[in-house]
Amino acid sequence: MSTTETIQSACPECDAAITFDRPPLNGQVARCPDCGSELEVTCTNPVRLELAPEVEEDWGE
Amino acid sequence: MHIAMTYTRLRAEERLLLDAFESAGVRVTPIDLRQAVFDPANAGEWAQYDAVVDRSVSLTASLTATRILEGLGIRCINPSAAIRVCSDKLDTTIALIRAGVPTPGVRVGLGAESAIESVEQIGYPAVLKPTVGSWGRLVARVNDRDAAEAIIEHRETLGSVQQGVFYVQEHIDKPGRDIRVFVVGGEAIAAIVRSSGHWVTNTARGATAEGLEVTTELRDLSERSVAAVGADVAAVDLLECPQRGLLVNEINHSMEFRNSIATTGVDIPGRVAAHAVRIAENVRTEQGAIA
Repeated sequence: MSTTETIQSACPECDAAITFDRPPLNGQVARCPDCGSELEVTCTNPVRLELAPEVEEDWGE
Repeated sequence: MHIAMTYTRLRAEERLLLDAFESAGVRVTPIDLRQAVFDPANAGEWAQYDAVVDRSVSLTASLTATRILEGLGIRCINPSAAIRVCSDKLDTTIALIRAGVPTPGVRVGLGAESAIESVEQIGYPAVLKPTVGSWGRLVARVNDRDAAEAIIEHRETLGSVQQGVFYVQEHIDKPGRDIRVFVVGGEAIAAIVRSSGHWVTNTARGATAEGLEVTTELRDLSERSVAAVGADVAAVDLLECPQRGLLVNEINHSMEFRNSIATTGVDIPGRVAAHAVRIAENVRTEQGAIA
């Protein structure tokens, strides 16, 4: 699973580059460094990002 | 040995756990529950796992998956019964009282009038909480009867059916902080103190955290609390009451720990992974004995 290769995708909100230092997994969350949007990986090959869903009532720890 | 880790959002905690399993040389498969199809009569692909570590951020997904998997004979960490108790503040309160663990006083009302009476019995200020919810959402401190009536009316009118259960908790005049103890395999392994200028001392609401020594009292209370709810892994939140000492407030079955590793110096994901492996080994031993 680990690799030194970085993987890039684009923020669906502002098109800023989003870099992963290793292959992301489906459902992984990331934050856009430019616009601050919370993103979710919805496809890993190629990496596709979508805006993460809003917090649901039953979410938590 | 093959362990599955179920999730609905893969956050830093889930990534750290996957890394911890891999570092321990344990095969681990992450499974996004949103993509899973369950057959309650047939384990199918799930049969290959010695144990399933539940890390879903969605309580509904956690309870659904673990109940089905346990029905299929698969050991879940945490067990569904523990998730159910931890996720419901009323169930947690009942479990703590039965175990003799000190906890803030609570009244429960099922209608507007009994809710007001519950608040009056607790006294002002009181804390109104949804029985199910996390990260401090919809937790309200009511300082007087006017505020109590307003919040109760809003909840009755705008809330779901579940919001019609009015869980009223004694307000603890804590010293601007609360304590969280991480318990893994029945052992309190680390503690943090969360401080905030706001009365809700939740890191999800901006509180800052520092490491704290696990004292004998913290160890005793937190380990007894987690035993009371039957969890393998949990984080216990405690309040320091000026009059009554330490009180257990909540128990979290799917704890967040990304910011508590450096502050405590404890490899929390490593300890969780090691305990999951122990459980999986026991499952294998038991299944071998049965076979």
